[in-house]
Amino acid sequence: MSMLTALKISSSAMTAQMVRMNTTASNLANMDVVGTTADEAYKAKKPIFQTVMENYTKNNFEASVQVNGIHVSDRANTKRYDPQNPAASEDGYVFMSNVNSIEEMVDMTNASRSYQTNVEVMNATKKMMMSTLQLGK
Amino acid sequence: MSILQNPLGIHGTALKLREQRTAILASNIANVDTPNYKARDMDFSSVMAATQNNTMRTSHSRHIGVSNYQALQGDSMIKYRMPNSASLDGNTVEVNTENNLFTENSLRYQATSTFLNNRIRGVMSALRGE
Repeated sequence: MSMLTALKISSSAMTAQMVRMNTTASNLANMDVVGTTADEAYKAKKPIFQTVMENYTKNNFEASVQVNGIHVSDRANTKRYDPQNPAASEDGYVFMSNVNSIEEMVDMTNASRSYQTNVEVMNATKKMMMSTLQLGK
Repeated sequence: MSILQNPLGIHGTALKLREQRTAILASNIANVDTPNYKARDMDFSSVMAATQNNTMRTSHSRHIGVSNYQALQGDSMIKYRMPNSASLDGNTVEVNTENNLFTENSLRYQATSTFLNNRIRGVMSALRGE
């Protein structure tokens, strides 16, 4: 049943986009977390998407998507001079998180758009299935 | 062909192919953010033409006829889509194109299912003889 697989594919994409949404939310929430060393400061996280083939044969193509892992950004954490900060090191510096808020906002918009598209696909598939189930009535 | 010999005509096959295409287009839309994913699609009219009963002519009753559909099996009916513009992450899905084709496909699916419905109703009323 390709229709049921189509529903499964859309739902896998929705799950993946939700993970992406969650990592974006975490990144934005932890944007101002500082640390005494670069390792202690917050590092931005990004999910890695991967295609999963379902019942793959020559004449059958159904590919869902899964999150293969979370990539931790290796962009350098910037140093800021803030001697009043309790987390400041001996020479008065704190390390900022390496989250880029503009990048995160773009990612968020993109994820929510993709999520919506998949909801629409799911709805359309459901309608098609219903019309088939009503056949002959 | 008489309606009672083959009551559903080509619509049964068409519905099945439309269903398959739905899954392909749903896959494309689902993988819109997956790096290196290549969008695929099926050329509906050529596949549909191949599924018709145009079997190879045989000169002896014991020869095995090969239908176009069987001939097609050698070559996959699913092809890669050529994107309008390349993207840096190697993904060839263009959401607008896919959305457009998905809507078109589901409309055509509904049309086929309406045709099927009419066929079934026709056969039913012929059987009842009212």
